[in-house]
Amino acid sequence: MTFKYNNVYINGASTVAGPYEAKGPLGNLFDKTYSDLYNGEKTWETAEVGLLKESMDIVLKKVNKTKEELDLIVAGDLLNQITSSSYAVEKFKVPFLGIYSACATSNEGVIIGATLIDSGKINNCLTATSSHNMSSEKQFRNPTEYGAPKPKTATFTATGGASLYLSNTKSNIKVESSTIGRVIDMGQTDPYHMGAVMAPGAADTIYRHLIDMNRKPSDYDLILTGDLGVYGKQILIDYMKNEYGIDISNNYDDCGTILYNLKDQKEVMAGGSGPVCSALVNYSHILKLLEQGKLKRVLLVVTGALFSPTFVYQKENILSIAHAISLEAIK
Amino acid sequence: MEKKMYDNIVNTHKPTETRAQNAFIAFVTGGLVGVIGQLLIEFYSYNLDISTKDASVFMIVTLIFFASLFTALGFFDKWVSFARCGLLIPITGFAHSMTSAGIEYRKEGPIFGLGSNIFKLAGSVILYGVVSAWFFGLLRLLIMGG
Repeated sequence: MTFKYNNVYINGASTVAGPYEAKGPLGNLFDKTYSDLYNGEKTWETAEVGLLKESMDIVLKKVNKTKEELDLIVAGDLLNQITSSSYAVEKFKVPFLGIYSACATSNEGVIIGATLIDSGKINNCLTATSSHNMSSEKQFRNPTEYGAPKPKTATFTATGGASLYLSNTKSNIKVESSTIGRVIDMGQTDPYHMGAVMAPGAADTIYRHLIDMNRKPSDYDLILTGDLGVYGKQILIDYMKNEYGIDISNNYDDCGTILYNLKDQKEVMAGGSGPVCSALVNYSHILKLLEQGKLKRVLLVVTGALFSPTFVYQKENILSIAHAISLEAIK
Repeated sequence: MEKKMYDNIVNTHKPTETRAQNAFIAFVTGGLVGVIGQLLIEFYSYNLDISTKDASVFMIVTLIFFASLFTALGFFDKWVSFARCGLLIPITGFAHSMTSAGIEYRKEGPIFGLGSNIFKLAGSVILYGVVSAWFFGLLRLLIMGG
């Protein structure tokens, strides 16, 4: 399912990040960073709400709009019942759609927003996502102070909130097309190797996007996946070649390996993950390169692992999904 | 693609874990905890003039106290990440699992948070500890007559 859009533009974006992301190579590109994981809040959960709320405030300020002018907010996060999003949007009093695609949430939001704008149903939309290393560890793994050893393939949930303002008012960056992902099961069961879980999901969406748009990987300056990590990245390149005979290795990268300095920040293991990982990279670094005209067309394929601790303990396979959006720089 | 074929791709890109190194670090650090324990027993039995049996209870309480304190101060998780089973298998690991769960869930209140979650990780140790103690006690009774 691939949509083409005629009049959807990105007018502004914002990123608020935690201490580990601030220390990474993109640290000075974020709108705001915190050196404390609590960012002045009492719990991990409210800290995440705070990051998300702040990113929404910043993007509205950037595009010079008030909350009364907003038509719709679409947001989602990793916590049970996507509570971070609901609590963050409460004060805006704006129509709200809560969504969940795990770490593929940001693009699901953009696809919903862009489709509604393109159809003329709404004029603008704020899409947002967040994750927090500690609230995710607490929900998906062990208590945060436990520090259980992890294998090298494990990824590190990024901390932050990121928002995007989409509208039908022309800007330098156009949302050109999007492809909605399918749920994929490749028999993977290891929650400490999400790269292996999500690579087939990413491959499926990239392949279908290229077929639907009748394009080659070289039609993009960059193809970027969300959070496959060091090993997932290699798996995707290999799998694309074997399964579809498509070589993406020339212009392909992964946000999880860009967000952190993998050599110095050993604690992140194979790279970053979480819904905000790809959003932090895309909404700061990638949008800036598009703005400057250094990139003309990029395909952002954000990847999500669909599971819960309960299903993992019950020995069910971990599923994956990936949603793609194609962005173009226009003059 | 068949799932088996996909597994092959995954496995060719799988990093090798440094198992020998991990085991060595765990062996040395675990051994060090043992040495500290032995020194504490000597210390207590000599200075407090108590039996070795009583001194070993004192030793266990001391190790539990310091493991819990270091967890609360926020750096024991970093030690665990380094030493792995060297610190998780001795009594320090048991104390650490309870304290870390306690810290994590105290914000949900004394009953639904702290009370119902403090044994989240330690519960398995207690259950299977009691079951195996019963089993080995039975063996001892049958073989050695009590």
